[in-house]
Amino acid sequence: MSTDVRTPPAAPGEPGAPAQPPRRTVRARRRIDWGRYYTWAVLAWLFLPIAFMVAFSFNDPAGRHNITWQGFTLRWYENAFAYQELNEAMFNSVSIALLTMLMSGVLGTLLGLALGRFTFRGKQLTNLVMFAAISAPEVVLGAALLSTFLMMGITTGYWTTVVAHVMFCVSFVAITVRARVITLDPQLEEAAQDLGAGPWTTFRLVTLPMLFPAVMAGGLLAFALSIDDYIITTFVSGDVTTFPLWIWGTTRVGIPPQVNVMGTLLFLVGVILAVVNIVMARRRR
Amino acid sequence: MNRKITPYALVLPAWAWLALFFVVPIGGMLSLSLTTGNVVTGFQQTFAVGNYVDAVSTYWEQILRSLFYGACATVLCIVIGYPMAYWIAFKGGPYKSTYLLLILLPFFVSFVLRTISWRFLLSDSGVVLGPLKSMGLLPEGFALLNSAPAVILGLAYNFLPFMILPIYAVLERMDPRMVEAAHDLYAGRAQAFVRVILPVSLPGVFAGVLMTFIPTSSDYVNASVLGGTHNTMIGNVIQTQYLINNNYPIASSITFVLMGLLLIGIFSYARALGTERVMEVHA
Repeated sequence: MSTDVRTPPAAPGEPGAPAQPPRRTVRARRRIDWGRYYTWAVLAWLFLPIAFMVAFSFNDPAGRHNITWQGFTLRWYENAFAYQELNEAMFNSVSIALLTMLMSGVLGTLLGLALGRFTFRGKQLTNLVMFAAISAPEVVLGAALLSTFLMMGITTGYWTTVVAHVMFCVSFVAITVRARVITLDPQLEEAAQDLGAGPWTTFRLVTLPMLFPAVMAGGLLAFALSIDDYIITTFVSGDVTTFPLWIWGTTRVGIPPQVNVMGTLLFLVGVILAVVNIVMARRRR
Repeated sequence: MNRKITPYALVLPAWAWLALFFVVPIGGMLSLSLTTGNVVTGFQQTFAVGNYVDAVSTYWEQILRSLFYGACATVLCIVIGYPMAYWIAFKGGPYKSTYLLLILLPFFVSFVLRTISWRFLLSDSGVVLGPLKSMGLLPEGFALLNSAPAVILGLAYNFLPFMILPIYAVLERMDPRMVEAAHDLYAGRAQAFVRVILPVSLPGVFAGVLMTFIPTSSDYVNASVLGGTHNTMIGNVIQTQYLINNNYPIASSITFVLMGLLLIGIFSYARALGTERVMEVHA
């Protein structure tokens, strides 16, 4: 990235963008990088509710409403698992997300591999269906699945939720893997076969290791999408409660501070993954 | 394995899954929207379109409100997100991916939980309004919660990354020398932006609009948490009709009306923009 390009840090002429640099007549003076301040301001906005959640996981509220700051306590961390139902919801969420990651990971990887490497009948149709599955509103996906389960007389619950989550995650994994497959050199696989490797050995020892970063990224994406999903899950989960569903259910009676603790722990997992990602990126360089 | 069979063997499991749990359900919902009856007496396939007439005449207000909220949130996302994507793409330097991770990090915390946090932040005695009120900076009776701006703000907040990422992706791939060339041809900063950078970034903006307008206008979580009872969206109606009233024929016809309107909106926007191949934005 060359630094000598004179580009404005913000889109000029857009209302509400406070990032426009002032026009300076003296060129010698260093321009203030308003874009940096602006970006950090937006980031602060993105983190505002998280900061609230983390702070209030340490709050010691008097009543049931955890809105005003009353004092510092570690009480909620000590009995983070005091609510049996919350634990069950959390367990459901994590296990559904893991199953989704695994199943959509396998299906999506095979699909992405086929789309990236081969031409076959129905490829355009597959792309169309994947596009539709990604851009269809969640409320439509949930409603459509529930319609089918109703008409087929299937009781909704844990496994219908897994099925639904895998359905909307497959395309995301496939797209991630396809992007990687396109950049791979097919000669590496040919070389492996010249060296006497069978198709399966080639796949296991050559193709899969090269695809692994994309498979991992797609799988993590599926995990994140699944554990976060509320809308589709309400439609297809029946009596089974997941973490977002349980939070939703408690909003009317006052949310226990343990929810903020769980949210903070989830956020920490995200922070750790992000740090690992940065460290790995540094090492690759 | 034969090279001709291999691709089919690879796609078959995913095909089966998507056909069974995506294509068939959409068809099933279509047939359900053309039935009459209720849960007690059962639903009869009548192929009558009366449900659609009922759906539109009863819920046109929520439908229009949803499209309006979605459009407002989408515009807000462009206004907030474009300068940020721009700055990261051109000035982010070695920290580009770190900034992107920072944008995505809040999304590890549950969507519902973040939205509820906003409810507390925006409440009358909350962290934001409370101090302002006690300082007398706000008029008596000023409230943010349970208002349309609160819903739009929540929607823009929740879907902002879906706007930033595609715009960033096209700007990042752009050759900086194109901007230099514009300057060499005596284009000012504004002109270089309007004539060179903006046209290049339009596909990204389009992808962003696609990924924010569809989910925001069909969302109901923000409307329920931040909008109170007077700002319900069409998603609220679908959810209530499906899960509480068990009125499946009406519910599925409203769902199709919503989907149809979104498709019309997206395709007319694509035409206006000259982007004929809508699907390519995902590639």
